[in-house]
Amino acid sequence: MKNICFYFQVHQPLRLRRYRFFEIGRDHYYYDDFQTEERLKSLVDQVYLPANKTISEMIRTSNGKFRCSFSISGIILEQLEMHAPEVIDSFKELSKTGNIEFLAEPYAHSLSSIFDSNEFILQVKMHSDKIESLFGKRPTTFFNAELIYSDEIGELVSKMGYKIMMVDEAKHVLGWKSPNYVYTHAYIPKLKLLVRNNKFSDDIAFRFSKTNWNDYPLTAEKFVDWIEKMPEDENVINLGMGYEVFGLTQTIHSGIFEFLKALPYHAMEHHLNFMLPTDLIKKNEPAGSLSVSYPMSWVGDDKDLTPWTGNDLQQEALNKLYAVGERVRLCSDKPLLHDWLMLQSTDHFRYMSHKDPYGSNYESAYDAFINYMNVLADFLQRVDEQYPTSIENEELNALLKTINSQEETIELLEDEIKKLKMKAKKNSPEN
Amino acid sequence: MKALMFGWEFPPHILGGLGTASYGLTKGMAMQPDMEITFVIPKPHGDEDQSFLKIIGACNVPVVWKENTKEYVQQRIGTMMHPDEYFWLRNGIKYNFNRIYTNDLGCIDFSGRYPDNLIEEISNYEAVASVLAHQMDFDIIHSHDWLTFPAGVFAKQISGKPLVIHVHATDFDRSRGQVNPTVYGIEKRGMDAADHIMTVSDLTRKIVIEKYYQDPNKVTTVHNAVDPLPNADTFTKTARKEKLVTFLGRITMQKGPEYFVEAAYRVLQKTSDVRFVMAGNGDMMNAMIDLVAKRNIADKFHFTGFLKGRQVHEMLAESDVYIMPSVSEPFGISPLEAMQVGTPSIISKQSGCAEILTHAIKTDYWDIDAMADAIYAIVKNPAMHKSLQELGREEVNNIRWQDAGLKVRSIYESVM
Repeated sequence: MKNICFYFQVHQPLRLRRYRFFEIGRDHYYYDDFQTEERLKSLVDQVYLPANKTISEMIRTSNGKFRCSFSISGIILEQLEMHAPEVIDSFKELSKTGNIEFLAEPYAHSLSSIFDSNEFILQVKMHSDKIESLFGKRPTTFFNAELIYSDEIGELVSKMGYKIMMVDEAKHVLGWKSPNYVYTHAYIPKLKLLVRNNKFSDDIAFRFSKTNWNDYPLTAEKFVDWIEKMPEDENVINLGMGYEVFGLTQTIHSGIFEFLKALPYHAMEHHLNFMLPTDLIKKNEPAGSLSVSYPMSWVGDDKDLTPWTGNDLQQEALNKLYAVGERVRLCSDKPLLHDWLMLQSTDHFRYMSHKDPYGSNYESAYDAFINYMNVLADFLQRVDEQYPTSIENEELNALLKTINSQEETIELLEDEIKKLKMKAKKNSPEN
Repeated sequence: MKALMFGWEFPPHILGGLGTASYGLTKGMAMQPDMEITFVIPKPHGDEDQSFLKIIGACNVPVVWKENTKEYVQQRIGTMMHPDEYFWLRNGIKYNFNRIYTNDLGCIDFSGRYPDNLIEEISNYEAVASVLAHQMDFDIIHSHDWLTFPAGVFAKQISGKPLVIHVHATDFDRSRGQVNPTVYGIEKRGMDAADHIMTVSDLTRKIVIEKYYQDPNKVTTVHNAVDPLPNADTFTKTARKEKLVTFLGRITMQKGPEYFVEAAYRVLQKTSDVRFVMAGNGDMMNAMIDLVAKRNIADKFHFTGFLKGRQVHEMLAESDVYIMPSVSEPFGISPLEAMQVGTPSIISKQSGCAEILTHAIKTDYWDIDAMADAIYAIVKNPAMHKSLQELGREEVNNIRWQDAGLKVRSIYESVM
């Protein structure tokens, strides 16, 4: 019996406004609300609402056989709460069917798993809290931003208590192995890995409406037939993609929603199951372990980190940003902490790529870099005002520890005084 | 294939970008083994590099029949042209050009520059073209810029060979729209008569189509390239505390010098360890000095006057940023030269070279905020400087005249 595991990534960054260098130190608002809102509005109208509606219909018509998962970044959740709460409600509705699983990811859709593991842990917890508060259930499956994975990251994630992690099908990792099994972490068998099936995922995500594709048009029947014809014991088909595939990458006119709606029917006809990650690993034994020494992602042919960290500009921006991680975490200034998260979206760094600036609203990588660095310069100044860089991190830590624990210390000392006083009384000659 | 080219300048004695482009293009084309180029210029100096083409000086071509002995011709112009060639060319005189003032050899004196009687010199050049067209053997005529269009058109009428013209600039670029009707007339007649028109950028192509009413199918862009700089490593940067931002070119309306001053002013509001240099000469120089004084940045803003030869590359190499805020630039070779010596460039989007450069910062010429922002980013961010420097150099080294030459060749073939 073959199982299809669908999961969708929902994320949009806060777009930065044009921030000139002479504003550094004068203006601390960094976002282009108009652009962000415009973008969000089109996503809500073209993708989120119609796609959620389609999925709810699929669940209903299939008698609850259709299941899928969502990984929704904290940043987009905030935007939705502010500008389109109806989308949150619609996700809540979906969640009530019990056929939906929400996945955990770093709140800010950040590269923190690579650059700052403390920040990473914090953001993952933050995100799971948020998901739990909204949908009532704490995630147990982990979907890292951009599907970035390495043994090291897997270890961190496992330590945080997550049992399943999504990874991408990369030739240099899998080799001859098929993605269609459950795998485990290189040395932590407890952590299960679900490998995204590149071919089938991209058939839907990128090739669906390409008229020059051999297999155009792709029908649900054909698609199910392909899956069914897979070798007998390859039972796990993981289909992962950005949610904007439905309605934006593949427009409504391409028939993508009809394709989706027809899927459950044909799947059931061929005795294919839709499963959530948590159920999937209960039913399928791991086929082996995967060892990934260098971080990989789900972008490009090489499936590496070069779209975000490949050139000098990106390196510079990331290093400057994460250098203040510890300091920022000491701060309690709310706007500052919020900006810290927003500036970490992977998107900002993707725009600085010379080769692959996917989704960029800048004219060039340099333009993106200039603007980001101006914003960052102002941000760093604000951090510096709170905790001057002239003080070493450790020194700072020690000072803060003293401040934070002073009450406890005082209490402790007061207790001691009391005791001593008692003792003194006891020992006094009057008694 | 034999090409007869009409030009106006040829290195080393050049006055503008036209000479550099003519040299690069012909050198690139000469790499095609069956390409024979004869390049006509008004007045050669005798020290031109003739290793890959043949240069004919229009001032040595007889247009009026005069009897002279071989010894006399040898003595007069022997260093430039063999007497036999002189006599052979003399056989090409088919028209009466007695109305033109000629010297004892029947030749016209050309200045080879841009004198006040430029229009007269252009028409005299036509007379020379008639002699060459009658006498020489060639497959195609190639005219560089409007000064040589009449000569090319006349040569075409006489020989019946196809004419391609090369537009390095139009009068719309030079005058910010206030065109000189005489110049426009010459340009337009040349374009109308040409079998094909080559422009140095899509920007120029658009002007040719829209303002000169040419059929788009007849106009092709052949982007300029840059000659490799063999001694690029000999230009080094002196270590200094302050960063250097340089403008280099004619200080005229076309080059947008005032936008550079305004951008400098903005940068200096925020940081003081940057100096600005305006190198070159031109009719707006005094106005710029005034503007700098008015903005109160004269202590950080310097004028060098006209630079030439090696000085140009030295100045570029010493700079941390090169900026070309041209209002309208058909191509603009100088940013490419700056990038060759490893200096990041900021160019206006209204420059032709912006079409082929990725690793340069492009802003609108009027967007002084963006320009200032880019300057600030490059001088403050080592990563930015390094990126533009390394990737820019690599990019420029791959823009070769040889490839432009191949494109020209395919255009030749399409009109033959």
